[in-house]
Amino acid sequence: MTPHILTRSLDRAATAFVLLVAAVGVLIPLSNLLLPQGSMFQVPTYLVALWGKYVCYAILALSIDLIWGYCGILSLGHGAFFALGGYAMGMYLMRQIGSRGVYGNPILPDFMVFLNWDKLPWYWYGFDKFWVAALMVLLVPGLLAFCFGWLAFRSRVTGVYLSIITQAMTYALLLAFFRNDFGFGGNNGLTDFKDILGFNVQAEGTRAALFLLSCLALIIAFLICRAIVTSKLGKVLIAVRDAESRTRFLGYRVESYKLFVFTLSACMAGVAGALYVPQVGIINPSEFAPGNSIEAVIWVAVGGRGTLVGAALGAVVVNYAKTFFTSGPLAPYWLFMLGALFILVTLLLPKGIVGTVNSWWETRRSAALAADRDSAAREDGVGAPNLAE
Amino acid sequence: MPALAGPFEDSVAKFANDEFSDTEAAIGEIAASGNALAPRIIGALQDGRLSADPDSKKVFITQTDGKIIDAATGAAVDKLPDNAAAVRLNNRLRRTVEAALGGLTLLSSDPAKRLAAAQSVFKSHEENLLPTVEGALAKESVKSIKQAFAEARAAIILFKPDASDSDKLDAVAVVKARGDQEALALLTGLGDQPPSVTKAAAAAVTSIQSNLAMWSMVQNAWYGLSLGSVLLLAAIGLAITFGVMGVINMAHGEMVMLGAYTTFVVQEVIRTRYPALFDYSLLIAVPLAFLVAGLIGVVIERTIIRFLYGRPLETLLATWGLSLVLQQAVRTAFGPTNREVGNPSWMSGAFELGQITITYNRLWILCFTLAVFAILLAMLRYTALGLEMRAVTQNRRMAASMGIATSRVDALTFGLGSGIAGIAGVALSQIDNVSPNLGQSYIIDSFMVVVFGGVGNLWGTLVGAFTLGIANKFLEPVAGAVLGKIAILVLIILFIQKRPRGLFALKGRAVEA
Repeated sequence: MTPHILTRSLDRAATAFVLLVAAVGVLIPLSNLLLPQGSMFQVPTYLVALWGKYVCYAILALSIDLIWGYCGILSLGHGAFFALGGYAMGMYLMRQIGSRGVYGNPILPDFMVFLNWDKLPWYWYGFDKFWVAALMVLLVPGLLAFCFGWLAFRSRVTGVYLSIITQAMTYALLLAFFRNDFGFGGNNGLTDFKDILGFNVQAEGTRAALFLLSCLALIIAFLICRAIVTSKLGKVLIAVRDAESRTRFLGYRVESYKLFVFTLSACMAGVAGALYVPQVGIINPSEFAPGNSIEAVIWVAVGGRGTLVGAALGAVVVNYAKTFFTSGPLAPYWLFMLGALFILVTLLLPKGIVGTVNSWWETRRSAALAADRDSAAREDGVGAPNLAE
Repeated sequence: MPALAGPFEDSVAKFANDEFSDTEAAIGEIAASGNALAPRIIGALQDGRLSADPDSKKVFITQTDGKIIDAATGAAVDKLPDNAAAVRLNNRLRRTVEAALGGLTLLSSDPAKRLAAAQSVFKSHEENLLPTVEGALAKESVKSIKQAFAEARAAIILFKPDASDSDKLDAVAVVKARGDQEALALLTGLGDQPPSVTKAAAAAVTSIQSNLAMWSMVQNAWYGLSLGSVLLLAAIGLAITFGVMGVINMAHGEMVMLGAYTTFVVQEVIRTRYPALFDYSLLIAVPLAFLVAGLIGVVIERTIIRFLYGRPLETLLATWGLSLVLQQAVRTAFGPTNREVGNPSWMSGAFELGQITITYNRLWILCFTLAVFAILLAMLRYTALGLEMRAVTQNRRMAASMGIATSRVDALTFGLGSGIAGIAGVALSQIDNVSPNLGQSYIIDSFMVVVFGGVGNLWGTLVGAFTLGIANKFLEPVAGAVLGKIAILVLIILFIQKRPRGLFALKGRAVEA
């Protein structure tokens, strides 16, 4: 009997991870809202927003791990999908400002009034409704990834070449979004948000709810990834990663598998971006910078490629370190550290934190098993086969 | 006192009325007066050094050395009266002033000034300058300046209402022969003219326009070649390392930056110790930059990259980290701001070729790039190391079986690629800001060139670089700089779908690895 999809995808580590995220997702908002300010256990609001940001990064890292860790597609442009999701949410938030902007125009966002535009561009229609924006958060990154992947995978662009053209994609988008006449606020981007679904974005309650939602999204994304990698589909993906030509010769349509997982991953990155924007309060073209996408890849490498839990962990650890160092007297050395992290992790810790712990655990366990078997065999009086005897 | 004054003094006194119309009249009268003080007065007016006392109607020139003279008499004055104010100008008057100065300097003994004056008369076509221009034309001995005077005369005649038709037709022909943007502006702004002149002018306009369109193509092509040479220089080292080792070196841009900083250091040393050698600074910097970047390259290969063979994606990440470290190191050592790197005398300036201007630094960089390319090509073709590198590019395992020490080839290749990036830095320091971010701005473009051109083939890189450079510059006037660049990126992404291994891909089983 094949086990149910949930039981199959939830081994002990995965369950622990889900429970941990759920606990954090509930406890941090509760402590922020219920405990009196100044209490030792009260989490200040700025920390809630900061950790909310980390959780969004963790979702992005998961989406990268799904394609890189399990399918061998190194995308150096995943920041673009993240930013596109963020822009879709930002457009909704912009429309919610309504006539409270500096220029008081009920329809047009401030930057359009500033540019003397007299009506809303067509691609801004419908973004005053949340469901349209939510749909676009999935649809825009998904469609872009689908078209991009369809072209790239079908013509068998792989390896370094694929990495380079994904980088070119995010770079082209960076240049495009910097333009004022592109209609997304130029280099200032979208900011000064007021409401989301009628709640004040700045309010403590909204921030706590957004944090909870981000944790929920992380759990859902994690479960989806787990379900995929533990299924037969996941086995094929790993086969593609390890020997693409052989998989193709066995009769699998490699490009369809890749396309599916690439598109799904882009949608996940889009959701991460959409949750990120209301918590950070701004989205601007620098999110498309190629450096951001590469940095996201290193989170995955640090945590452990192909472990999912490691990707999320890596995102939180690296970003926590970044916040810690860049806000202190060590700020000028942060780039040294980040650079060293890139080098040392790839050289000395190729499996990442979680991967290394896993393999250390497994060697220990198999050694223990072997020892058990040895001693059991000795008690039975049958030693290891000895040819000399 | 004013009653005693002659016409010149009367004209000068008009400046004190603080009326634009009086000022204009004064400029015209003074320019026509032939008085020795006239150029100084008009020049002072242009620079805002002419002041007038509205009460005494006296006008003063503050000379550039700070001394003050009476404009009407040239007599020295101790200090300006308290209520003297600078004579005001508006935009229209500024043009009048320029035209007047043009007329005044037409007879200057300095050829450059005469030429400039002729050009300014051509633009202003001030009718009352015609006798002066004709006099200057008759006296002129330098051919190019004579030509300029003739054109200035033609411009005046075209706008002179009482000139005969045949004179005007001759003038149209002269202006047409000039054939540049200004000639076009002059002919399109002719206004009411006899029908035959209008017709001739229209024909001249079309001819100039098509001529200019041709030149703008040439101009675009030149800019494209220039950009292509920069791209080629930046990408060529990357092409070698990528071709031989299959490794995308993300720190390649930083090698370029190190080369540029080497140039900076060389120039600093020369400036403080041996200023006479400044013109040779780049010649000294080129081998030094090659050594610095090349040695660092070898060290990187030995300490990092060699442990990551067969894992190109991890190499990509490690070298990216390395680029962050190098950038920050340079930022710590030299500061985050731009560093000043000077152009030696033989690299500054420009010359005109037809209707386009070619700057010497761009021309030298193009020549330098082609020289580097040729040397590299010869090295790959005729040296033992080149042979080994080609062998490893085509089939690493087979080369190893034949006794080639592939790891030594890798180290040397990486050093060579990095060294060439360093040389590129020397050249780029001449046209770009030398800052820690210098490399970042070239790295993505260099990838595009290598990926577009194809791996393992230097000619591919050459064709790729110049194609992208020229395409970029031809798209720029149509789509704007940023959109043009986006279009190029999209085109490359689409191109890679058609030819996943670039323009000139290596054929055979080696590619499948």
